[in-house]
Amino acid sequence: MRITQGCFSFLPDLTDGQISRQVQYCLDKGWAVNIEFTDDPHPRNTFWDMWGLPMFDLPDAAGVMMELAECRRVYADRYIRLSAFDSGHGWESVKISFLVNRPKEEPGFRLHREEAAGRALRYTTTAYAADRPEGRRYEG
Amino acid sequence: MNEQIVTTVRGKDRYKAGVMEYKRMGYWEPDYTPKDTDVIALFRVTPQDGVDPIEASAAVAGESSTATWTVVWTDRLTAAEKYRAKCYRVDPVPNGPGQYFAYIAYDLDLFEAGSIANLSASIIGNVFGFKPLKALRLEDMRFPVAYVKTFQGPATGIVVERERLDKFGRPLLGATVKPKLGLSGRNYGRVVYEALKGGLDFTKDDENINSQPFMHWRERFLYCMEAVNKAQAASGEIKGSYLNVTAATMEEMYERAEFAKELGSVIVMIDLVIGYTAIQSMAKWARRNDMILHLHRAGHSTYTRQKSHGVSFRVIAKWMRLAGVDHIHAGTVVGKLEGDPFTTRGYYDVCREDFNPTNLEHGIFFDQPWASLNKLMPVASGGIHAGQMHQLIDLLGEDVVLQFGGGTIGHPMGIAAGATANRVALEAMILARNEGRNILEEGPEILAQAANHCTPLKAAIDVWKDVSFNYQSTDTPDFSPAVSVSM
Repeated sequence: MRITQGCFSFLPDLTDGQISRQVQYCLDKGWAVNIEFTDDPHPRNTFWDMWGLPMFDLPDAAGVMMELAECRRVYADRYIRLSAFDSGHGWESVKISFLVNRPKEEPGFRLHREEAAGRALRYTTTAYAADRPEGRRYEG
Repeated sequence: MNEQIVTTVRGKDRYKAGVMEYKRMGYWEPDYTPKDTDVIALFRVTPQDGVDPIEASAAVAGESSTATWTVVWTDRLTAAEKYRAKCYRVDPVPNGPGQYFAYIAYDLDLFEAGSIANLSASIIGNVFGFKPLKALRLEDMRFPVAYVKTFQGPATGIVVERERLDKFGRPLLGATVKPKLGLSGRNYGRVVYEALKGGLDFTKDDENINSQPFMHWRERFLYCMEAVNKAQAASGEIKGSYLNVTAATMEEMYERAEFAKELGSVIVMIDLVIGYTAIQSMAKWARRNDMILHLHRAGHSTYTRQKSHGVSFRVIAKWMRLAGVDHIHAGTVVGKLEGDPFTTRGYYDVCREDFNPTNLEHGIFFDQPWASLNKLMPVASGGIHAGQMHQLIDLLGEDVVLQFGGGTIGHPMGIAAGATANRVALEAMILARNEGRNILEEGPEILAQAANHCTPLKAAIDVWKDVSFNYQSTDTPDFSPAVSVSM
């Protein structure tokens, strides 16, 4: 399966040129760009690990692309996403977020159903990969 | 016309038994400067033939505040001058013979804190049936910060909704399940599953899906949540389905909303026809229960559409932001339902901005500060399809839910393919926009390129390429430099 989190997951994986143009769009808006990675892609896993701090006050996408290359080198087998943060009053949150790296194999999620009273079901979603210890989840 | 000499009767003569013109009773005060704490209403007044517009406007002020048809001595037991609404300006409507814009200021003490029911009972109460008027329309209102702050506002708001859903940087995508009546719970859930798995973020119950013989509400909720969870696991994304909890009584609505919560739904839905008090109750419930609250504006066109009489939708949008819903249908411009582009733009600003500056061309007559009240997500729904993606994003921006009902379910390759077509079109257009391309001009080319790697999108464009709804709008701004036609 292909996880479709983020802004551009229904398009073919973005090229570095395309990523760089999106980053430049964010920087031109004055947003701080953040690189995050995880090997637990559960849709409610909010806090991915941060690759350093969000890059504030950066004028050029090249800086982000350098960091991304380094992050990809270390965590090639994990999900990596870029997110841009707007500190403006009334928003103060993420403005855009998209995947820039995926593991080679994406085994997807198990949907666990627990029968409850009446005909209700309690649902739990678990990434198959999450059965393995953190850091070894997408090894071949 | 504001220079008309009217002598307001003051002192004890003002309270002599009998009938007196409203404009002489203190409801016409051309020298009055509205206070920062006043509520202001702008009415479009159409007096009966031969009725003086100033007198008609003063009557509106009177009948929507303290007056009755005759002088009453009991006014003298009150601080009557404070409680009288004051019409302070009357302008002829440009290109609207026989119609006048009346500006009326109301003291804050006339209203109960945090109550749309009380506010609307005054402002659109008896006065709309007043005989000396042919017609009356409430065009706009200005709420002072002091009053805004007495309302909860949207239970969740755009920012927190996006954080909860983990979806940023693009419009959200939805579809209303069709046919809107007749599907069994099991069949209904099938449509929800296909649409969500195919790439939509939300599906939606229609306004008149409640609990009918063909599908009782519990069946719908159970099957919808199976579909939502299955699609969530198939995509790794948060999904939702607006479960309509509209019912005959408040108790039944709470019961349905509680069941939706128990089943893990992120969102419930209500119809505008449940009434302002029920809406505010559900907004409080939604805030207490971490639930997004979708409002379908069922019924609004009965009083918002015609320009001569009723209430403008911009006022309804303001009331609903105060009342505390998270989503509101606010028009598409390009779709099948009424929606002038400038007027619609005004509604969207009312929903999403923290401050609305006066903008007559968009129908916004007053500066309106929202005092950090949450933002309300507008929903564009009704006769839109993937081939219009560039126009929709250009007109409506990215903080909007785009709902393609027929445009998803009517896709020749099936519902999931329809959903995928919409999602691919959306993502391709946002990508292009962010790259600095002129999407309005290059839109069709961008879609065609995206369709090269997405057969469903190609099929959608082929089927619907010639569909558009070009009709003259009825509700257009009075200050538009040109006659506007919806695109």
